[in-house]
Amino acid sequence: MITAGIDVGSLTSKAVIMKDGKFLSSAILKSKPRPWESADLALNSVLEKTGLSMTDINCSVGTGYGRDKIPFIKQALSEIACHAKGARWLMPSARTVIDIGGQDCKVMRLDEKGEMVKFITNDKCASGTGRFLEVMAKVMGVELSELGELSACSKSPITLASACTVWAQADIIQHLNEMIPIEDIAAGINNAMASRVSTLVSSIGIEREVCMTGGVAKNSGVVSSLEKTLGIHIKKIRRDDPQLAGAIGAAIYAETVSNGGKI
Amino acid sequence: MITAGCDIGSLTAKAVILKDSEIMAKEIIRATARPEESALAVMKLICAAAGINMENIDRLVGTGYGRKHIPFVNSVESEIACHARGAFHQAPGTRTVIDIGGQDAKAIRIDDRGEVIRYAYNDKCASGTGRFLEIIADSLDLSLEELGALSQKSTVILTISNQCVVFAETEIISLVNEGREIPDIISALHRAVANRVASLARGIGVEEEVLMTGGVAKNPGMFSALAGALGLDLKAVSDPQMNGALGAALIAEDDLTGKSKR
Repeated sequence: MITAGIDVGSLTSKAVIMKDGKFLSSAILKSKPRPWESADLALNSVLEKTGLSMTDINCSVGTGYGRDKIPFIKQALSEIACHAKGARWLMPSARTVIDIGGQDCKVMRLDEKGEMVKFITNDKCASGTGRFLEVMAKVMGVELSELGELSACSKSPITLASACTVWAQADIIQHLNEMIPIEDIAAGINNAMASRVSTLVSSIGIEREVCMTGGVAKNSGVVSSLEKTLGIHIKKIRRDDPQLAGAIGAAIYAETVSNGGKI
Repeated sequence: MITAGCDIGSLTAKAVILKDSEIMAKEIIRATARPEESALAVMKLICAAAGINMENIDRLVGTGYGRKHIPFVNSVESEIACHARGAFHQAPGTRTVIDIGGQDAKAIRIDDRGEVIRYAYNDKCASGTGRFLEIIADSLDLSLEELGALSQKSTVILTISNQCVVFAETEIISLVNEGREIPDIISALHRAVANRVASLARGIGVEEEVLMTGGVAKNPGMFSALAGALGLDLKAVSDPQMNGALGAALIAEDDLTGKSKR
């Protein structure tokens, strides 16, 4: 059976194709203003890679911010469900999953069977989400993907006066005007991000192994700062791209949906 | 007796000169990044307006965000104390002062002698401060001064569901793209800011009469939105942005006349 999972996020859209529970291919694209366009583009891109066509897909499931606006899916499922499922597939030993997306942050606790025990989300405040990093990178004139590497070179990270994205932005501009090395600013930004996320993580409790998913998992600066702040080791996902967790989870669920199972 | 109050805020610097409790002059300028510079500039301007020299001022009290950096003051006072003093002087019936500035919002409860009972303060989150209005005005290519009049042309009630300024900005851009009318959007923005400030004020218990001060009080749309959010009438003063500086000048006078409680 061939299934597809589509995760339409605020910044990026992801599509994954699986065959009998095995990973076939994936695509990550920048989201368009209209969720259905993003979903179409992501799916077409992954179909192209595999040489499959739409009719070869037995069932597809959508998730993410724009999930209710994807026309071709059989069912839309919550981000929490799909991310937990995908994270578990990426790392079967995971008990705590920290997912930082473009405009939210989720922390999920799983039991040994991979069932969700509890979760907590922040989607109210941009601080502690990918958006915070995006705004800061823009102010600094660097790519979002550069923040991790930059912060690794820092000798004395700055301390941001405020967690609020708006105030922090003004703070960064001032630091830039004062000719503070860009590495130290990047490190300060990653630390602020980690400190905000760690508050959320602490409130739900940590159980090993801890893994990180979502786009921000690729920022080594945030990961190491989180490890330091929380005093834990975050096990690196190697099986595939951690940003695909939601789409992978959706593709796995698509098999259950196709078999008539309830989720 | 001549006293002065100098209020160095994050966006503007204000000064008031009093002669025996009567206002001789008041000035407001845009603040620079250096508080000492802003303080000097506004004092120079106001002395010229009052036709006096700095030496003629018997006592000068500084307040505001940049108060610790004003070089020539006799003493500094908290913003809470100055705003309470200014409000009580201008409208003695005031029991709650709600002040929305460029980077913060305060709610202050005072008793029938003008003493501060309790207060709440937000400078942690840009939502519920003047900065929210400024950012949205910017992204809609409007001036801050236009917002009030525009919002009064609103005919359709919209809601901005995001509280965070960053997320709300995106939400507002999609409202514009959906073809929503700018006055309706601005009116929704005012209600969003007002709701945030109202919940801050409710935390300390709102007692009438309620006086709204700060630069944001000059925006009639915000004034009525806050009244609506609190479900009661608000009192206004003629120059709400000068309230802190006026309070500082009054405290300077209290210090000299021995009325001061310290």
